[in-house]
Amino acid sequence: MSEDVDHSRRRLLTAATVGTGVIGAAFAAIPFIASWKPSARAKALGAPVEVDASKLEAGQMLKVVWRGQAVFVVRRAKAVVDQLGGHDDMLADPKSEDSLQPDYIKATGATRARNPEYWIGLAVCTHLGCSPLGAFVPNDSFQVAGADLGANWPGGFYCPCHGSKYDLSGRVFKSMPAPKNLTVPPYAIAANTRIVIGVDDAPKPVS
Amino acid sequence: MAAAPESAGTGKGLIGWIDERFPLTKLWKEHVAEYYAPKNFNFWYYFGALSLLVLANQIVTGIFLTMSYKPSAAEAFASVEYIMRDVEWGWLIRYMHSTGASAFFIVIYLHMFRALLYGSHRKPRELVWIFGCLIFLLLMAEAFMGYVLPWGNMSYWGAQVIVSLFSSLPIVGGALVEWIRGDYNIADPTLNRFFALHVAALPLALVFLVVAHIMALHEVGSNNPDGIDIKKYKDAEGHPLDGIPFHPYYTVKDLMGTAGFLVLFAGVIFFAPNFFGLFLESPNFEGANPLQTPPDITPVWYFTPFYAMLRAIPSAFGTQVWGVMVMGAAIVVLFFVPWLDRSPVRSIRYKGPIYKVMLALFSVAFICLAVCGMKPPSGIYPILARICTAVYFAFFLLMPWYTKIDSVKPVPERVTGHA
Amino acid sequence: MLKASILITIGLLCAGTALAQEGEVALLEAGTDIKSAESLQRGARNFMNDCSGCHSLRYLRYSRIAADLKIPEAEVSKNLIFNGAKIFEEINTGMPPDSTDWFGKPPPDLTLMARERGTNYLYSYLHGFYQDKTRPWGVNNLYLPGTAMPHILYYRQGLQKPVYKNEKDPHGNAKMVLSGVEPMIPGTMKPEEYDQYVRDIVNFLDYAAEPIKGTRESMGIFVVLFLLVFFVFAYLLKKEYWKDVH
Repeated sequence: MSEDVDHSRRRLLTAATVGTGVIGAAFAAIPFIASWKPSARAKALGAPVEVDASKLEAGQMLKVVWRGQAVFVVRRAKAVVDQLGGHDDMLADPKSEDSLQPDYIKATGATRARNPEYWIGLAVCTHLGCSPLGAFVPNDSFQVAGADLGANWPGGFYCPCHGSKYDLSGRVFKSMPAPKNLTVPPYAIAANTRIVIGVDDAPKPVS
Repeated sequence: MAAAPESAGTGKGLIGWIDERFPLTKLWKEHVAEYYAPKNFNFWYYFGALSLLVLANQIVTGIFLTMSYKPSAAEAFASVEYIMRDVEWGWLIRYMHSTGASAFFIVIYLHMFRALLYGSHRKPRELVWIFGCLIFLLLMAEAFMGYVLPWGNMSYWGAQVIVSLFSSLPIVGGALVEWIRGDYNIADPTLNRFFALHVAALPLALVFLVVAHIMALHEVGSNNPDGIDIKKYKDAEGHPLDGIPFHPYYTVKDLMGTAGFLVLFAGVIFFAPNFFGLFLESPNFEGANPLQTPPDITPVWYFTPFYAMLRAIPSAFGTQVWGVMVMGAAIVVLFFVPWLDRSPVRSIRYKGPIYKVMLALFSVAFICLAVCGMKPPSGIYPILARICTAVYFAFFLLMPWYTKIDSVKPVPERVTGHA
Repeated sequence: MLKASILITIGLLCAGTALAQEGEVALLEAGTDIKSAESLQRGARNFMNDCSGCHSLRYLRYSRIAADLKIPEAEVSKNLIFNGAKIFEEINTGMPPDSTDWFGKPPPDLTLMARERGTNYLYSYLHGFYQDKTRPWGVNNLYLPGTAMPHILYYRQGLQKPVYKNEKDPHGNAKMVLSGVEPMIPGTMKPEEYDQYVRDIVNFLDYAAEPIKGTRESMGIFVVLFLLVFFVFAYLLKKEYWKDVH
């Protein structure tokens, strides 16, 4: 039996074997970790939703479901849109610095929309997730049963759960339970009134 | 030398801290680094470690399958296709699990065969063998229930046939079968409870039994191909002269065995996951249909030897129960092998020609039974199944006699050969 | 000796199974090539045109076909979707799933049929229709006697007639046994054209049964090679350490 052990050869072979083994184990782990990603079915169910807003009149709203959440689509009259810059001092985050929206939405400032005539945002109050109500007529205190919105109400959304108020761009007022403006999802305008919620760029139409 | 801490572990730092509170180093030394195993383990000794590897594979892949599988009669079949198509890498996890199930039985049958070759069931290792038989029994139940879960047509009808076997038991048969099924037929409640047993109860029991199996082995030390006791001759430090520490010698050897096994395992998974219709059976690619039985209902290949025995026994006195009893006896007889083997020597190497012939006949008969079980019961297969069933039982029931009258060769004092 | 006897036994048993059962017609060879993207694309088109009216592929999404067969999604929507389904949806027919109104049996979903019966069976089946005036649709099938399906591809293949041959039954009496089919009325396609047409459909169904097969096999080469390298290192490591024992 040989007495001299070639330690450097042992170290080399151990390193090679263990190294290959660790690489192999890392590769083997990938499928298991990746299997938690949204499946093709989840992606299908979460696919972009097309909305045809052509029948909406000024001051009207419709709700659609995208990825399991309700989304507001509100048509705003021009007069309302023009006034959107006029009440920044009442808002907690007028420039949407701390709120969630795509960059191209933040860049539009007070209108928070790709087409100022239509405002789109998630119908999920940023306080605890209730679905806010639409209260679109300015200066009308009694639009929402049981709630006094005040004489200076510029129009917007009111959450009945804890009283949070948002303007017609979904921006939250000061001293509300809700901390942030309503989230705006990614969306694109395919044609004038054809809106696709869930993508940044509209898919090309099929001829 | 610095003052050593009060505990037995002399480790410093984190390991030392743990050792004062938990026998970490002690367990490592006792069961791995200083577990002295015979140095002459050969090819047949890979299969224990490989069984552990396949068990780990089944548990991990099984857990991930459970994350997407739906255990209801309405959704199960579709959920398997969901895993195969929509879940990222789901197909790979599924194939690892289905191939692993068959690999488990290949490895276990070879592992058990090793014991019959070298007398690993003999005193003082009877309990190791008995735990092993219990593991085998539970493994069969686990595999049976697992096969029902995809709720394919073979899953459904296989469950129907096997559960119906119990109705042949006198008096309690009918009520027992309804109790097992939870319904008047194999249905959603049956699937759901098989799911619970397959995913939670049996794996837990299997893991406990495997731990017990290894503890019982380590308590007395491993056998070896020569069947002799290596602890008879020890060196100055009290280690067996023919023993080597499990780490690094058998860790490195089992690593090599694992690598070789993985090459074959991956080959099947990536190139032949159906394995010619043996691992994934064609009729099971159709959903369960209570109105239409597949033309040949046979169990998966690893059960076919026992199924062949069941079919080999004709009904008598108006009942089929004899076939069921023979099939049960084929497994129960295994538990008694430590006491059936009366040879003065353990290993086949030093037994006479009778044992060698009997073991060869037994092996051929077992494989023959497997083939018979896959075929429809016509032609030469029924008579062949009967002959092979007789040989199977003869191997065990005549063992006390032929192992006694068989000649023996002188057993060496020290082990011969090494891997 | 043990190993030899085991191997010989397995060999003998397997040989015994090679003899075909009496009375069965041998299947035709499908000759499909799942690696041919063109064949699969044609097969997808053929299937959607001729088969999807009654047969669903309920586990296959249109978007999967687009991705795997390298067809842009807009093209798939335009050319393969006839029922207003969205691109990410599964391929369903307009027919209610368990309807027995039209054919007495609901037309089965075909997603997994290639894995269940095999490509040779499917290819043979679509070649096996022959005239049988006793049947509701006037046709029967050599490979699935009593089939409830009409011969949808009749205008492409034409109509065949059955061929019988004399055989002795177990008692030694003569009887006529259906042994094949023969062309009778030609269709719009020549035989080789029809063969290719059907081959493409069967190829597509083979793909539909396991869309991941191509990826699995190409990935498998890397995995097995990697594991062989790992085995070599592990073997050398074992040999090195076991020098101590020898």
